[in-house]
Amino acid sequence: MKRYLPFVIIAAVAVLAAGAGAMLYRVKERAITGGGVTRPSTNETGAEPLHVRGQPGAPVTLEEFGDFQCPSCATEAEVISKLEQDYGPRLRVVWRNFPLAMHAHALEAALAAEAAGLQGHFWEMHDLLYKNQAVWSTASDVRPFFNMYARSLRLDVERFAKDSTSDEVKARVVSDGERGVSRGVKNTPTLFINDREVRTAFSPERLHQAIEAALAEATPKAFGADRGPPSAKVQPGGERK
Amino acid sequence: MTGARSQTIFYTVAALIALIGLADATYLTVTHLTGEDVVCGSGDCSAVLGSVYATVAGIPTAAFGAVAYFAVFSSALLAAFGYTRARIFLTLVVVVMFGVTLWLLYVQAFILHAFCPFCLLSAALTFFLAGIIIATPFTTP
Repeated sequence: MKRYLPFVIIAAVAVLAAGAGAMLYRVKERAITGGGVTRPSTNETGAEPLHVRGQPGAPVTLEEFGDFQCPSCATEAEVISKLEQDYGPRLRVVWRNFPLAMHAHALEAALAAEAAGLQGHFWEMHDLLYKNQAVWSTASDVRPFFNMYARSLRLDVERFAKDSTSDEVKARVVSDGERGVSRGVKNTPTLFINDREVRTAFSPERLHQAIEAALAEATPKAFGADRGPPSAKVQPGGERK
Repeated sequence: MTGARSQTIFYTVAALIALIGLADATYLTVTHLTGEDVVCGSGDCSAVLGSVYATVAGIPTAAFGAVAYFAVFSSALLAAFGYTRARIFLTLVVVVMFGVTLWLLYVQAFILHAFCPFCLLSAALTFFLAGIIIATPFTTP
């Protein structure tokens, strides 16, 4: 019997691991039914896809209108990343392009991110652009930098370069910009928490407060149902320097 | 303590460590397949597990880890039961895992500039396994 014992244990562990994995898969798949976590969803105003990170049924949605060349947006990206960790499935983040004319390469960066998005790597490019903002934003020609980032993400660089100037990608950026203008966005970063604009000095503490308030409002409602009252400006403010 | 007994203990410990690694890698594989973001307290899991390095030929990197840990578990258990060939196989697998772990740590530190605690746990387990392999006397009981 002892001769066969290790094989019995190995078989048992294999069955247990496969079973536990399958069970976990079913549980997680059920939890995110209704849309993928990072899959683009549909814009309320049309068919333009959004860039969404987080659970579809999260009680709090943080929508950011951002500019990749805006220094405060880069700072904000780190704060939001921390918030995502802190709040987990209770928070989902939506990204909107709002390249400002005052930043020479903001539009090109937005186009690059969208072009990466066409190959399924929007968020990776989003993160790279912010992490390396100090490097590319001072260059006279940013294309080599963006191509290099695309290469590091293992994108089809030729297609990426072509997409970066395509009408499809431009339309995405324009659509986001129009949506921002229609909602009164003037500066970046502008954040909406459950459709309420939060224009203030974006300290992590302030955002925590705003999210906690949104959570408290959302608690009596069904998880992932109504997302709070319509837009209401909380405090005035603009881009932080 | 005799050499044979210490060998048995070392290989049993290696098998137990591999079980932890198997659980870790299975969790990461399932999470990858469901498309869920892994949110971790002090790390940057999304940046790592959502990167291009999280898959190899369309297969989650963690799945390779799960297979490797299962191989380590099986061979360590067989080695603990006195199967000499299993020790050679175990050593080979751990050497490969050690090399891959070094590469993945390099990717996190110098390419992604982000660390994922689940990946760091796996790295620590692999280093531990490598230590056990080195420390175990390779003699026939």
